[in-house]
Amino acid sequence: MALLNIKNLTVKFATATGSFTAVDGIDVHVDRGEVLAIVGESGSGKSVSMLAVMGLLPDTATITADEMTYDGRDISNLSASERRHLIGREITMIFQEPVASLNPSFTVGFQIEEVLRLNLGLSRDDARARALDLFRAVGIPEPETKINAYPHQMSGGQCQRVMIAIAIASNPRLLIADEPTTALDVTIQKQILDLLMKLQEDYGMALILITHDMGVVAETADRVVVQYQGKKMEEADVLSLFEAPQHPYTRALLSALPENATGDRLPTVSDFFAQEAAR
Amino acid sequence: MTADAHSPVVEGRGIVQDYAVPGSLFARAGKVRALNGIDFAVEKGKTLAIVGESGSGKSTLARIIALIDAPSSGELRIDDHPVDIARKRPSPALRSKVQMVFQNPYGSLNPRQKIGNVLMEPLVINTDMPASERRDRAEAMIKKVGLQPEHFNRYPHMFSGGQRQRIAIARALMLNPSLLVLDEPVSALDLSVQAQVLNLLADLQEEFELTYVFVSHDLSVVRYIADDVMVISKGEAVEQGSREALFADPQHPYTRALFAATPITDVAAIRARVARRQAARQG
Repeated sequence: MALLNIKNLTVKFATATGSFTAVDGIDVHVDRGEVLAIVGESGSGKSVSMLAVMGLLPDTATITADEMTYDGRDISNLSASERRHLIGREITMIFQEPVASLNPSFTVGFQIEEVLRLNLGLSRDDARARALDLFRAVGIPEPETKINAYPHQMSGGQCQRVMIAIAIASNPRLLIADEPTTALDVTIQKQILDLLMKLQEDYGMALILITHDMGVVAETADRVVVQYQGKKMEEADVLSLFEAPQHPYTRALLSALPENATGDRLPTVSDFFAQEAAR
Repeated sequence: MTADAHSPVVEGRGIVQDYAVPGSLFARAGKVRALNGIDFAVEKGKTLAIVGESGSGKSTLARIIALIDAPSSGELRIDDHPVDIARKRPSPALRSKVQMVFQNPYGSLNPRQKIGNVLMEPLVINTDMPASERRDRAEAMIKKVGLQPEHFNRYPHMFSGGQRQRIAIARALMLNPSLLVLDEPVSALDLSVQAQVLNLLADLQEEFELTYVFVSHDLSVVRYIADDVMVISKGEAVEQGSREALFADPQHPYTRALFAATPITDVAAIRARVARRQAARQG
């Protein structure tokens, strides 16, 4: 049975010039322990659909769905307190800008202990001990020193490790990572992706990875959803997607990768749509 | 112009850049060496890619080549003439030769300035061209980079990221430079837009015989666009060579680490990973 199941999700934003549809009838499901990659370019609605699940969209957004269930429970009409029990415990999320996701005024130790005390009801001492364990689990060097550091005293990669530690603090069953490595260097990206995959296996959590980077998809995903302008273009297991992409947009995206360049010129998505139209 | 086709358009010898770190009550003032003796040379019509991670000094080097900052020591030569902007302000002719394109196209355009004025401004500052000719040149350049004539009177916020990067490239080309310094020009762009901008850069290079210094952290982009590659780490050029040699047989451990960290989209690699994962699950 699917852990998270969403059918026909539509998200509309009220703007000054009328309603704008960011997500247009998307179906997403993720199974226990599965790694799903949602891939798309900017404006494809890949982040918005997951923010809708988390209830993090502003009031201008109208969310409709035929079905929105987590572990068999309907999550479309949760009260605020029910949502708090679910989000941050069962389902957690990390974002693209790790430094901006942390509060600059508090030490990273305070921020992770706050989560542990509020969500798990741990005492101060227990929270400190658990925080140190988590810092070790995500590979922060010298956790006893770093736990008293402020976010600005740590590098981007270390801040992302802190975010991951906070996200896994309550043993979630689903972690949503929205472009977790986009702001990081490629060697740090590798470390963070390896860490996420290891934690995913150790904790048996499902992972939804939102990304624009086909390389990240290739290195992590079990299954892939390709989105374009708010619509789902294609869904396939990772091997079939790279081996035999079905949708022209997916083919266009893959051939626009510089490493797949065959001649002097890179084919672009618009070239591809023109070719398809000519056929 | 260059006397010899093979003499480099731009050359650096032992470029060093130190930044002063101010002292405080508890810390003594010090120096950070951002670049430590970099040598390089780029021939006309070629592309040198500078690859490195954040903090490696690659942008510092780009700013020195683009005549924005003066190096602490070392010699920069453009068209075989030594250039020292710390001693002598570069002439308009020299400024025209070297232009720069930055990573964030929105940040490098004035939000209150129409695109037409963005493109004409370098001509106003560096030449005494009459207004009508400036306008003709700007309109021609708008077409050249793949935008429409009606974009002339629009503001930067009315464009997408890829279009803005085209505008930034157009502005850099207004003075007919021979050398273009591109600091992560496609890093902020979507994959399909990145392909368009890379194609545009390749077309322009061919048409105007431009020389590029291309700063990037993305090895797949570098492999596509570069003739020569310099890998830079902590201010040192750890490896330098032709693209073919460097990608076929990286020598330095840092270069190898970079290659190992770059995601592979190869089907065989994905198949191996999926098989490993299934084995781990069953085991």
